[in-house]
Formats: sequence, C-alpha cells, structure tokens
Amino acid sequence: MSPSLITVSYLASAALFILALGGLSTNETARRGNLFGMIGMVIAVLVTIAAFVTRNLEVLIAVMVVGGAIGFVLSRKVQMTQMPELVAILHSLVGLAAVLIGFATFLDPVAQYSGVEKTIHEIEIYIGVAIGALTFTGSVIAYGKLSGLIGGQPMMLPARHWLNLAMLVAVIVLAVRFVGETDHQQATLLLLAMTAIAFLFGIHMVAAIGGADMPVVISMLNSYSGWAAAATGFMLSNDLLIVTGALVGSSGAILSYIMCRAMNRHFVSVIAGGFGTSGGSSSGPSIEGEVQTIDIPALAQILNNATQVMVVPGYGMATAQAQHAVADITRTLIKKGVKVRFGIHPVAGRMPGHMNVLLAEAKVPYDIVFEMDEINDDFPDIDVSIVVGANDTVNPLAQEDTDSPIAGMPVLEVWKGTTTVVLKRGMAAGYAGVDNPLFVKDNTRMLFGDARDSLEALGQAL
Amino acid sequence: MIIGIPAEIHSGEKRVAASPDMVAKLVAAGFEVIVESGAGTGANFSDDMFRDAGAAVAKDAGGAWSTDLILKVRPPEFNKELDRHEIDLMSNGAHFISFVWPAQNEDLLKKFTAKKATVLAMDSIPRISRAQKLDALSSMANIAGYRAVLEASHYFGRFFSGQITAAGKVDPAKVMVIGAGVAGLAAIGTAKSLGAIVRAFDTRPEVKDQIQSMDAEFLELEFEEDGTGEGGYAKVMSKEFIEAEMALFARQASEVDVIITTALIPGKPAPKLITREMVESMRDGGVIVDLAAEQGGNCEATKPGKVVNRYGVNIVGYTDLPSRMAAQSSQLYATNIYNLIMEMCQQKDGDIVVDMEDVVIRGATVVNQGEISWPPPPIAVGAERKPSFGGQEIKPEVEEVKVPEVAAKPSEISRFFKSVWFPMILAGLALFGLGQVAPPSFMSHFTVFVLSCFIGYMVIWNVSPSLHTPLMSVTNAISSIIILGALTQISSEVNLIYILSGIAAFITSINIVGGFSVTQRMLQMFRG
Repeated sequence: MSPSLITVSYLASAALFILALGGLSTNETARRGNLFGMIGMVIAVLVTIAAFVTRNLEVLIAVMVVGGAIGFVLSRKVQMTQMPELVAILHSLVGLAAVLIGFATFLDPVAQYSGVEKTIHEIEIYIGVAIGALTFTGSVIAYGKLSGLIGGQPMMLPARHWLNLAMLVAVIVLAVRFVGETDHQQATLLLLAMTAIAFLFGIHMVAAIGGADMPVVISMLNSYSGWAAAATGFMLSNDLLIVTGALVGSSGAILSYIMCRAMNRHFVSVIAGGFGTSGGSSSGPSIEGEVQTIDIPALAQILNNATQVMVVPGYGMATAQAQHAVADITRTLIKKGVKVRFGIHPVAGRMPGHMNVLLAEAKVPYDIVFEMDEINDDFPDIDVSIVVGANDTVNPLAQEDTDSPIAGMPVLEVWKGTTTVVLKRGMAAGYAGVDNPLFVKDNTRMLFGDARDSLEALGQAL
Repeated sequence: MIIGIPAEIHSGEKRVAASPDMVAKLVAAGFEVIVESGAGTGANFSDDMFRDAGAAVAKDAGGAWSTDLILKVRPPEFNKELDRHEIDLMSNGAHFISFVWPAQNEDLLKKFTAKKATVLAMDSIPRISRAQKLDALSSMANIAGYRAVLEASHYFGRFFSGQITAAGKVDPAKVMVIGAGVAGLAAIGTAKSLGAIVRAFDTRPEVKDQIQSMDAEFLELEFEEDGTGEGGYAKVMSKEFIEAEMALFARQASEVDVIITTALIPGKPAPKLITREMVESMRDGGVIVDLAAEQGGNCEATKPGKVVNRYGVNIVGYTDLPSRMAAQSSQLYATNIYNLIMEMCQQKDGDIVVDMEDVVIRGATVVNQGEISWPPPPIAVGAERKPSFGGQEIKPEVEEVKVPEVAAKPSEISRFFKSVWFPMILAGLALFGLGQVAPPSFMSHFTVFVLSCFIGYMVIWNVSPSLHTPLMSVTNAISSIIILGALTQISSEVNLIYILSGIAAFITSINIVGGFSVTQRMLQMFRG
C-alpha cells in the first residue's frame, strides 16, 4: 500500500472522528456521529493491518476478536448506574496500551535515529509511557473507588504534596539520564524505573481525591488517555494518533473545566485532593431549626395539587437505582396535567452527564430535562421540588455563607419554590462535610428512607 | 391523661380548639379526649366526627372542663348560662392551653393561681424557628390576612383584576397593604392572586425582599431607620420617620382603592396611620380593612367589630376574621396545639411534662402550678447570626469598610500579566524556542497536534451537556486508536515486542468495541 494512500485513509479517519464528536451536539445527530466514529476506526485498523502486518496475522485476529467480544459483553451487561466504573476501567486500558506500545517502540531495533531526532524520539517515548502509566493506575484506583472496592474517602498521606513533588523531580532526573544514556540496557532500566514511579504517582493522585470529586477525576483521566495517545502518535510519527489524542485530550480537559466551574473549585485544588477534610466540617454555622418530615400520602396529596413540579436528582438516585421509580411518577403526574421538569446540576452523580443517562435509560423525555443554568430562575414558580439524593448541589450555604467550604459554588435554588421535599436516607452531611440548612427551612419537608422504596410507594399512592 | 375540649362561649366565636384529625392523633399518643357536645358545630365538625376519631362527647361544659388538660381558643370568661366563671369549672391542679393575652388579663392569671393551674398561652410562644409549628398567632394572622382581602372585595363591589370585556375595559384594583407580617403577606398574596395591583409598606427594611418576592411593590421612604424590634416584631419609630410615613400614606390614599392595615406593636395600642383626612381623600366606594381594630385600629375612623361608612368609604373593623373562617382556623389552631402537646409529650405515653428548662415551653407557660411565671426571661433570637470575632461583636460599620477600593486599580504591569497578551507572548516565545532546535518532521506533527487541539476545543464546547457521558465513552473508544501502534509492531522479529504489541492489541480491542457499543446503547436511550 502506497504511503499516500495510507495518509489519505488516516485523514478520512481523523475527519470521521471529528464528525463523531461534532454529532454529539444534539440528540438527533448523536447516533449518526457514533456510526462515523466506528467507520473511522474500521478504516484506520484495516488500512494499518494491510500496510504493516506481514506476519503473526492469525494471532492478531485472534486477540482482536477475543478482546472485541469481551468489550461487547461488558458494554451490554453494564448497568447504567455503573457507567462511571466502566469508563474508568476503559481509560485504564488505554493507559496500559500506551505503556506497552511505548516499551515496544523503545525496544524496536529497526527504527534508527540520530542527533536531535533521537533525543526528541526518546523524549516522546518517555512522555508517552509516563502519561500512559499514570492514566493506567489512576484509572484503576478510580474504578476501585467508584465500584466501592476501595473506600471513597480521600487517602491523606503525611506530606503528600512533598511526596508528589519528590516523584516529579525523580521523573525529571530520570528523564535527563535516560536521554543521555547510550547503553540500551541501562536506558531500559531507567525507563522501567520511571514507569514504576509514574504508576505510584497515578495511585497516589487519585487515592487522595474524594468521592464527589470523581466527575473531575474521570474527566481528567479521559483527558490523560487522550494525551497518552497523542504522545504515542509523536513517538510513531503517526498523525492520526496525534489528531485523535488531541481531540480526546481537549475533550477531557474541557469536561474537567466544566466540572470544576460547577463546584467553584480550582482544578489544582481538586487534583491536590483532600477536599472537605481540612477544617471544612468545623467551620460554618451549625443549623438552627427543626426538621419537618412528611409521609407518603401527604406528599402524594401535595403533588396532586401542584401545577409545577421540579425533580432534582443527585448521586443518591444512582445508588438507590431509583431512576425508574422517578420516571414512573413523572409519567403519572404528566398524565394528570402537572408540569414536571428535571433540574440537573453539572456535577450531580459521579461523572459528567451521569444523571442524564440514567433518566434517558428510564425513558424520561429529554425535553423536560434541563441544565441548572436553564431552570435556576424558574424555582419561584415551582410548587413542589423533589430532591432525590442530592445534598451539596442544593445547599443554600453556598450563597449565604462566605466562609463555607462550598461558598460560591453554583447551586440549584430549590428553596425558592413553594415546597421542597427532600428524599434522603438520613441527616448525614453531604460530601463536602457541610450541614445543609435547606433541610430545616420552613418550606422543606424531609422524607427519610431509601429513595427507591419511597418513590415506589409514592407511585402507588398517586 | 384526659384532655377536655369545651365549646367556646364568647359571642360570635365559631372556632374550636380541636379537629377530628388532631383528636385521632392525640388518642394514638395515649390521651383520652372529651369533647363538649356541639363544640365543633361552628367549624363544621359534628359530634359524630369527634366520636369516630376516638373522643368521648360530654353533654355539657362541666364534662369537658373537669379534665386534666383543657384546650381552648379564647381566654376563659364568665359563663352566663351556668352563672359561673369558666375557671371555676376547672379541677385543682389542671393544665390549660389557649390564647391568654397575659398582659391584658392579669386578673385572669390570678384566678388561675387560685386553682393551682398550669397555663400555657398560645400567644406567648417565643418566636424562634424551632417553635414555628406551634405558632398559632401566625396561623391566625395568615387566615386574617386572607379573609381581610375577601371582606374588602365584598364591600368593594368591583373586580380586583383588570379585564377587557365586550362591555368595556375594567382597571385592576389598587391595594395598599400596611405592615408585611404574616397577615400582611397573606393579604398581599391573596390580593395578588385575585389580580389586583398590590403595594406594601413596612418599617422593617428586611421584609422588602419578601414583599417583592410576592410580586408586590415595596413602598420606600427616603428615610433611613430600621424598625426591627425584639423578636422580629416592629418597634415604635422616631417622629421624623412617622411624618415621612404619613406623607407617603396620604399620597397613596388618594390613589388606591383598598387599604389593608396590619400594623401592630406588641404591648402597645395600634399606631394611628390612616387619618380622617386620608379616608376623605379616598375615592367613594373604597374600602379599608383594619386588622388592628382589636388594639384600637390603625385608622382613626375604625369602629372595632363593625363596618362603618365614612365619606363614602367602607371601613371594616371586624375583630373576628379568623372566626369567620372557623373550619380553616380551627384546623390550623388544633394542629398548633397538637404540636405543643407533643413537645411536652416526647414519650407518646399520654402524659405531659412541663419542662421549664425548655425555652419554648418556658416562654408559653404563664402560670406554673399556681405561680405566675409571666413575663418569661428574654431569650436572644438570632444572636448566633451576628458576626463575632474573639467573642466580641463586630459593629456593622466595620463590615461595610470597602476593601475593593484598594484593589480596584491594579498597576499597569499586573494588568498586562492578567491580559490575554501575556500568555500569547509566552506561547510565542516557547514556539520560537522549539523551532530553533526541533527537526522539521517534528514540527509538522506538532502543527497537526496544535491545530487538532483547537478543533477539539471548538467541537467539544458544542456538545450538549446531557450527552457528556456518551461523549466520554466515545472519546474513550476513539482514543483506542492507539491500537495502530500495536498493529505496526506486531510483525516484529523480536519476540518481546511481538508479545507487548499482542497484549496492547488485545486490550485496545476491548476498549474499541466496548466504547463504541456502550455509546450506541446509551444513545439509543436518548432517542426518547
């Protein structure tokens, strides 16, 4: 196959990938976009096989078929509430692949470079392996935290910032020695040492970040997996990898930025970790007032009398698997002529867009699902807001108390509606460790218990 | 413990201190309840309804009065039929809950002491947030505010809402509400929902937001004085303030159709806010509803308990507005009382404990086992909200020191560092440095990389936020394009490279198929 033909094919793939991402701008074009992505991938893989694979084809086909089958089964079996876990584990695979390919490239005796080109090539390998390694372990830890295998609490090692700095310095020192090293054996050892440090770095970085910062972490790892692909592209002089890596990298970076903005947090402080543990819980005024509860029949009654209802879901809806119960109630109310809408906070859940996926799974029409910015001004007209397992994203302290750890975070202003009903398992504070005065406001009623059980009972009562 | 619900004997009083719902809950909490026959008639609660709720019905007042805990609406008074004072019907050491107005009724307190009674006054419950569900004054004020608008509308004889009909255009009524407490706010909301143009005035500036949140206009004085007194009630204002206020009312009186006044200062006669001249200046057919009539009235022409017509304006001075909605007010009042009883009956064992350590109970108790315990020691409301530093309160002036003045003028240099030019110049220098050393092949890849980042930036901002999860899974799938690296090396002669590439191809295949397939699955759902 001629080099130009390969280039054209790669160009086509790159264009299709861009179209795939562009398609996600609306629900209507999204599925076509995904199809473009698949076509792009098939073209790239087939052309590369045709052009480069001269032996071991059978083995290649075998591993690809088995791998593909595993991926397919995973994707069909996964619960929508477990999407963050799946995404995290898939990220780790990209990271691991980047490490493996980096090593393979480094060991390849065929490629011969000299002078500046050799230095640049080695730096490319080094960076590619480093990013891949930290993406790999970081994603594995993120997976562990999301699936509950590892506790969601941030792990706080003493002097963790110094530890991070020491690792960074070590990586740089090793890099200098690696580039200058002429002995191939010695250089391999250096690369291995750096990989081990990068593995540790990935573990430490994600372990120090708490559960509710997961949307940022997932987006960030998404971004890293892209940069790892781009670095591999530089290493292999392959523009398609560079383009795709850059697309994915910027996508993840933008998502991280959106998530950070939604929590009014600085990216660096999220990555530095340990949010909500240093003095956060002790500061801020304790709540004065009494919680008022409501029972299912009373809630059913106020919902029947309402004309505008807003549902505000949070991570609690995902853990209780309550999305179907929510959707049932929504349908019942809409049939009765109640105007039901959903208000989604950007960081609700454990990954960007998590709530939207769950609601889509439960077949809630997406034209009644709104982003925070779209509906926050409408709360004064709302008769009943139902908060399902959300806490910090509806905490009025973010606006009222400038000393609060969540001060300045944009929140859904549910308390401006006539009545707010909060479904919650208990009075525990949210992830940020801040008490929520919403729960004791005059127009707030609490419904304690498992959100799914409560909502199913409510569905019956309606 | 046996709870007695006597009928109200005050003339015209239709309310009752219990509802069947509340009786059922009391019975569930272990109490026995005796209701005087006919007690609930005025509020549309029949004897049978109380019986069904688990209460016994006593034929006469004596049966309800000779219990351990008597619940009433009005303070006890002389019963002409029985020729005895109601308190004389009580047994010694019994408990009693109703509105008592201890400041005006000291004789009554003395009578209670003779009976060694324990008396809780619903009107003396402290106004703290914990006690809101016991706050019968607010419940009644809410009803009074609502009813005031309906009375006004009754005498007004015109629409409240503006309409354009085939028979011509009708202007909306203009309503002024003075005093935006619970009653005032209820009046604002009711008048608003009937379609009137509502303006409201209050001496306490912090209620401005509440008024505006109800879509009414807040009438402001060009005068600074905070009228917030103890416990969130209003206080007496300075002479200058009152003059400015009266001028405002005089202007408004000639404009509006309906005036609803709710201005009260605790323990003082109601301030006279609407003078005869203002009434005269109102249009004929206008209405004034004076909710302060019982305390003398906010309007000079008010006759408490009556409707009078002066200068063509109807002045409604009813003092029994809650009683005019007896079913509603009895229900709310009964719930307030129930909540109070439950405060004292934490065990739900059918007995009450009057805990004088509890601020709410302490405040409400005006006679404790024959000892007058009124007035209660003052409690600090909202003290925890005041900013404090090292135990000392910071005066508000300190807070208002404007810091931004200093920071507002950054130097030229720091502005440069913050502008878009600085990072651009840095980036330019970095690129220049790179161009000095890097070979051309690297630079062409680098060009592709940077341009792709820009494309990614532009494309991703367009992605709908609801599709962020599919975005992540699809970017995950396409980042597995890294498989090309494995494909180009799997044919290597070196076994190690072959194995590494094989593993890489394997795991990226999982990723490619898994990523695209799960994206497809999700997007399928979004089809809606």
